[in-house]
Amino acid sequence: MEISITVNGRSEALDVPDNALLADVLRERLGLTGTHVGCDTSQCGACVVHMDGAAVKSCTVLAGQANGAEVTTIEGIGDPDNLHPMQAAFRENHALQCGFCTPGMIMSAIDLVQKADGQLDEGDVRDGLEGNLCRCTGYHNIVKAVLAAQDDMKSA
Amino acid sequence: MANETGIGAAVKRKEDARFITGAGRYTDDIGAHGQTYAVFARSPHARAKLNGLDSGAALATEGVVAVFTGADLQADGIGDLPCGWTVHSKDGEPMVVPAHPPIAVDKVNYVGEPYAVVIGESLEAAKNGAEALEADFEELPAVVDLASAASADQIHENVPNNQTYDWELGDKAATDAAFAEAHHISTLEIVNNRLIPNAIEPRAALGEYDAASGLYTLHTTSQNPHLERLVLAAFVQIAPEARLRVISPDVGGGFGSKIFVYAEETAVIWAAGKLRRPVKWRAERSESFLADAHGRDHVTKAELALAEDGTFLGLRVKTLANMGAYLSTFASSVPTYLYGTLMAGQYKTPAIYVEVQSLFTNTAPVDAYRGAGRPEATYVLERIVETAAREMGIDPAELRRRNFIAPSDFPYETPVALTYDTGDYEASLAKALEHADYAGFGARKAASEAAGKKRGIGFSCYIEACGLAPSQVAISLGAGVGLFEVGEVRVDVTGSVTVVTGSHSHGQSHETTFAQIISDRLGVPFENVTVLHGDTGRSDYALGTYGSRSLAVGGSALIKATDKIIAKGKKIAAHMLEAEEEKVDFADGTFTVADSNQSLTFPEVAFAAYVPANYPLEELEPGLSEKAFYDPPNFTYPAGAHICEVEIDPATGVVDITSFVAVDDFGHVVNPMIVEGQVHGGLAQGIGQALLEHGVYDETGQLVSGSYMDYTMPRADDLPSFTVDTTVTPCTHNPLGVKGCGEAGAIGSTAAVMNAVTNALGVASVPMPATPETVWRAAQA
Ligand code: FES
Ligand code: FES
Repeated sequence: MEISITVNGRSEALDVPDNALLADVLRERLGLTGTHVGCDTSQCGACVVHMDGAAVKSCTVLAGQANGAEVTTIEGIGDPDNLHPMQAAFRENHALQCGFCTPGMIMSAIDLVQKADGQLDEGDVRDGLEGNLCRCTGYHNIVKAVLAAQDDMKSA
Repeated sequence: MANETGIGAAVKRKEDARFITGAGRYTDDIGAHGQTYAVFARSPHARAKLNGLDSGAALATEGVVAVFTGADLQADGIGDLPCGWTVHSKDGEPMVVPAHPPIAVDKVNYVGEPYAVVIGESLEAAKNGAEALEADFEELPAVVDLASAASADQIHENVPNNQTYDWELGDKAATDAAFAEAHHISTLEIVNNRLIPNAIEPRAALGEYDAASGLYTLHTTSQNPHLERLVLAAFVQIAPEARLRVISPDVGGGFGSKIFVYAEETAVIWAAGKLRRPVKWRAERSESFLADAHGRDHVTKAELALAEDGTFLGLRVKTLANMGAYLSTFASSVPTYLYGTLMAGQYKTPAIYVEVQSLFTNTAPVDAYRGAGRPEATYVLERIVETAAREMGIDPAELRRRNFIAPSDFPYETPVALTYDTGDYEASLAKALEHADYAGFGARKAASEAAGKKRGIGFSCYIEACGLAPSQVAISLGAGVGLFEVGEVRVDVTGSVTVVTGSHSHGQSHETTFAQIISDRLGVPFENVTVLHGDTGRSDYALGTYGSRSLAVGGSALIKATDKIIAKGKKIAAHMLEAEEEKVDFADGTFTVADSNQSLTFPEVAFAAYVPANYPLEELEPGLSEKAFYDPPNFTYPAGAHICEVEIDPATGVVDITSFVAVDDFGHVVNPMIVEGQVHGGLAQGIGQALLEHGVYDETGQLVSGSYMDYTMPRADDLPSFTVDTTVTPCTHNPLGVKGCGEAGAIGSTAAVMNAVTNALGVASVPMPATPETVWRAAQA
């Protein structure tokens, strides 16, 4: 099927199989390999991107469902010289080790902070990131980073 | 000059720039022109004969390129997957090793074992092809229960009683004598539950063959690409090492599970050669559950003999260890040399006797998982010490203190074959007690009780042996490989430095910490140091990363290489400054001549080495690039005290960790931020084992916990924030004085949690994982 999506601000017209997953289209067709795939049951969150401003697990979205949508991936939120506050907070707080969960974690965390409007405490962050698995960090520094980014995003 | 990016500084990580922007490059992110896709057909049965395999329909499926069976690999001379450590039984006989073809030939022995690989033009074609395979299986009764495995059906023709070895360590007679003298004997029967590693990046491989050069290139998710290459070359017989390059790019966590050489990358690289096309494979998570090597899985009976004052007199341990269906790469060493040798713990127990019987079952192979043997040993020891304290009415912290090896006792030779170089166990415990506010525990318990809750506190004073290890000792004990590490320091013409290490980082942050070491030693700006790793085409043969060895062994190799750089730099500087070599000093990136104002910067000397105008070419080769191999003279012995406090709601059985304190002695620390992160991650895995994770097979050998819906991974809302601190007794035998920090969290924490849970419930024992149901049942008793 023919779809047109805007990915990180660029519009793309693609011919994709009906059963193509958004995650695979991003990775294989658009070369946006920052979106990772860590499971086959929609439970790890490594694949989280934003679709029309909200976090979605791109392994669970058909590319066809994204037709007409604005999609933002980890590649689209900042670059090394101009990091998103969440990216900066992850680095500052050593909230990543192997980095595999990180793109999904950052995309989920941004959505979480935006929705909460700066009102998150530690427990909220832990609950809010329950859909993202990290095997490396024990979450301690991720929670710290998200709380720090919340302050930065408020003042930004 | 205090070096702000040198040893001891909490420098932010170099690797983060790419990971937080999505620019990381993991195996599955790499593709090759014209690549095909591999899908493995996996056994649905735990044990069956494979009487026939009809691949006609699969081959006729649109887009299917090829179907390969175990027989195809065998016919092409592809060898078995070997086990790299030969353990000997009590009677001196070497372990019994069953055949382990990468792809099953005529029988399957666990659910998920591959019996064919289908190659397609697309992933979908390969999957369709795999579904069209018609395998004729004749099911056989599966051996699943470890406790009865020795008397169950024989799985492998050449392995009677399903036993690979029956191993012992320690002095049995002395231990029996100690028990005869005992005032009190504590006994504990415990199960160390099976875990499934679950690095978040699934295993993957991309095999390529270049017909022009005859060179094979394998990109794969390996913690130790050289080991992968050695096995694929020498045992599996893909190609000589010189024609096989193994690259581990960014790897998304390993925790041991990516040490081993598996069927999948073996088949992928072989098929790439056969088809003369690139072949790509990435595990789906359900395949990871079935076919990554699992961890732990012991059944143990332990007895501790004590004198009236609580002095430990003797320890007896008898363990059954589950090997799964085959011997994975280092499986045999885990419940023996990484387990029995740790049974002295932090204590002066004079007599110890350990017996381990390792058995096969029709389950996925079991091998090293974060800590590898040492968490199992700590769990046995720290649970029985706590049990003894309760039975004898001695405060558990006090009982430990009475038995600690004192700082003045080092070097201390244990009755189980290790010589600890240094430590101060009392110091770690004291600090941990303070952080945990042990003195206030009684009041907190009373408050919980008043609220209808049960509160408990648990200790774990662990030790581990890391930085594996003197090669000659390991080889004499059955290791099939040396255990040194290589480091190369290439000073560039303009004075920047490229480091090539044989260690591999899959989260450990070598690109940062190794650059700190170089920056510190050579006075080169941190940002001018680049660390390369994970490529057999770049570094000499080395052993990679496992057992918390990268810094202690790999870092030491780098120090040796920098020593050579400095020595040569002094010669060059002496020549340039017309001074005697002995008078040239090097510090903070500057060569100076004693008692003069003459000096040269490091980049000036480097430049002279490559543009040798004023240079002693007749005595000295040009260039400034040095390499060193480092073989450690001993293990390192990180140790620490973990204290866990829990509150349990008896109505629901939910365990709430109200505080977790870890005080660890890792020797000197290169980057405290990174060390803390390593501890956090280890704690999460250890706590996960205690409360959540459980690899379960049903009686027919089906994996019940084969997805994230059934296998409970620790999530953010399952864990507390941790209190992490350190004490320091520098390792005495490596140049950095470091011990290793990667596994400590996973080694120490499990026992602390279970000691806290049983303390809260007032019961002797609760099986792991202590799920709400299990705890609720125990609370009702
Ligand atoms: S890949 Fe795991 S949730 Fe999408
Ligand atoms: S950093 Fe490795 S999984 Fe999160």
